[in-house]
Amino acid sequence: MSSVTCKNISVSYPPRKAPTLKEWALRRRHASPAKPFQALTDVSLSVAEGEAFGIIGGNGAGKSTLLRVIAGIVPPTGGEVIARGTVAPIIELGTGFDSELSGRENILFNGSLLGRSRAFMRHCEDEIIDFAGLPDFIDAPLRTYSTGMVARLAFAIATTVEADIVLLDEVLAVGDAAFRVKCEERIRRFHQTGATILLVSHELKNVQELCERAAWIDHGRVVHYGNAKEVVELYERGLHAIPASAAANV
Amino acid sequence: MTTESLAAERAEHPVHHYFAGQQIRFTEEWRDILKSGHLLYNLVHRDITVRYKRSTLGTLWTLLNPLLLVVILVIVFSHVFRFAVEHYEIYLLSGLLPWTFFSQTTVTSMAATGWNGPLMKRVRVPKSIFTLSTTISGIVNLAISYLPLLALMIIRGVPFRPSLLFLPISIAILAVFTFGLSLALSTVSVYFVDVREMFNILLTALLYLTPVIYPLNIIPAKWQPLIHANPMYYMTEIVRIPIHAGILPSMQLVGVCVSLALASLLIGWMTFRRLSPGFYPHL
Repeated sequence: MSSVTCKNISVSYPPRKAPTLKEWALRRRHASPAKPFQALTDVSLSVAEGEAFGIIGGNGAGKSTLLRVIAGIVPPTGGEVIARGTVAPIIELGTGFDSELSGRENILFNGSLLGRSRAFMRHCEDEIIDFAGLPDFIDAPLRTYSTGMVARLAFAIATTVEADIVLLDEVLAVGDAAFRVKCEERIRRFHQTGATILLVSHELKNVQELCERAAWIDHGRVVHYGNAKEVVELYERGLHAIPASAAANV
Repeated sequence: MTTESLAAERAEHPVHHYFAGQQIRFTEEWRDILKSGHLLYNLVHRDITVRYKRSTLGTLWTLLNPLLLVVILVIVFSHVFRFAVEHYEIYLLSGLLPWTFFSQTTVTSMAATGWNGPLMKRVRVPKSIFTLSTTISGIVNLAISYLPLLALMIIRGVPFRPSLLFLPISIAILAVFTFGLSLALSTVSVYFVDVREMFNILLTALLYLTPVIYPLNIIPAKWQPLIHANPMYYMTEIVRIPIHAGILPSMQLVGVCVSLALASLLIGWMTFRRLSPGFYPHL
């Protein structure tokens, strides 16, 4: 049974936000026919239970928007999404961290953002602290942490909550080399325990190694969809022939 | 922590279905909030502890704040202006506390919805949870603030009457009224940040139109309708009467306040239902 199903998803954002009342009023008067921004157009894909699925494409192609639609953060303006199981969106590490709270308090807080109880987080607290390698600092306020320490704590929390579907957006790009190796191991372990993984990454090597299938998204549309190795190869070939692919997308 | 409840938490595999044109239903939002109970607890806990985390006296400030404010106002208004009110300091504080709850909750709700924009962009959370947690934190602070008021009553020899038992009902009505208005304001403020500034000005005007510092009888008869058109007049009155006058509020007053609270809740929910699905690009 498929774990994530997207049927003809489209997302369009209203033209551009009016940050002040003045601009809003001005726009009313000079009703400019600004077009809405089409972030995703007619995207259909399905990810099987326990599968690792890669999403690749250039900046602003709509990869993160797609993850957010699956996570229920962005409502689709067309089509529908069905996601079976608990979803852990790891869109940006350190979301919801409070610099005044200690590392330990942030574990409880962050866990609740991912739908886990305080008791559940207390249960896996030691594992998180150990994985993040922060036993000496865990009771200090987060503002005293270095950027790398915050990222390590965030990754450790996000990957310990045991979700059925894990959405990873460019999170392998944090930490030092040693921590990255640990992260990749974690993702593999997720995979072994049967979690469904959707991985957005610019590290094409990771996508080829970790994922079975992948989708290449460009200008909000699925360009290629299938075997991860093949899609990555097509994407790389496309990168070297930019004029042709640009022409194809007009 | 039992292993069973951990196992139960692990065994939950909800099915999420999102589609174009999906409406927010009151029951679903409510269910989502109940499911996010731990988040709500953490938000309230953080509000209350973080606020004074860096200060030496800590949460003690929740007690000191209203006391010191009242000292200032009592000096100004019972020695300089002189209102003919019995136990002026009790009159002042019992009206000032609900007013402060109302103004802080509405203003903080708008700010909290703004701060938590990045969070709403990255995690799926019921979007009304920030207004709700702000309101709950406000109630906790309000409850703590009643301790110095009760102490003051003992010092001034104001008797504790059974009508004090009505106070929780008064606060509940005020809280529903405040929550509804806060929800409407914080929803609109996502689209127009200017609303926050406009509302701040409005609050100042509203404070002068509400008999908190002064008694109602100093207002000339021709201006009285203006006061009676102000919902906050009834809201402060229903919270003050059981303390200062030591009597139960009239059925008429209770009826007005309950109607105002329900109307506010309805306005808040309608605004939220209509506008919150479009939040994303504005966060």
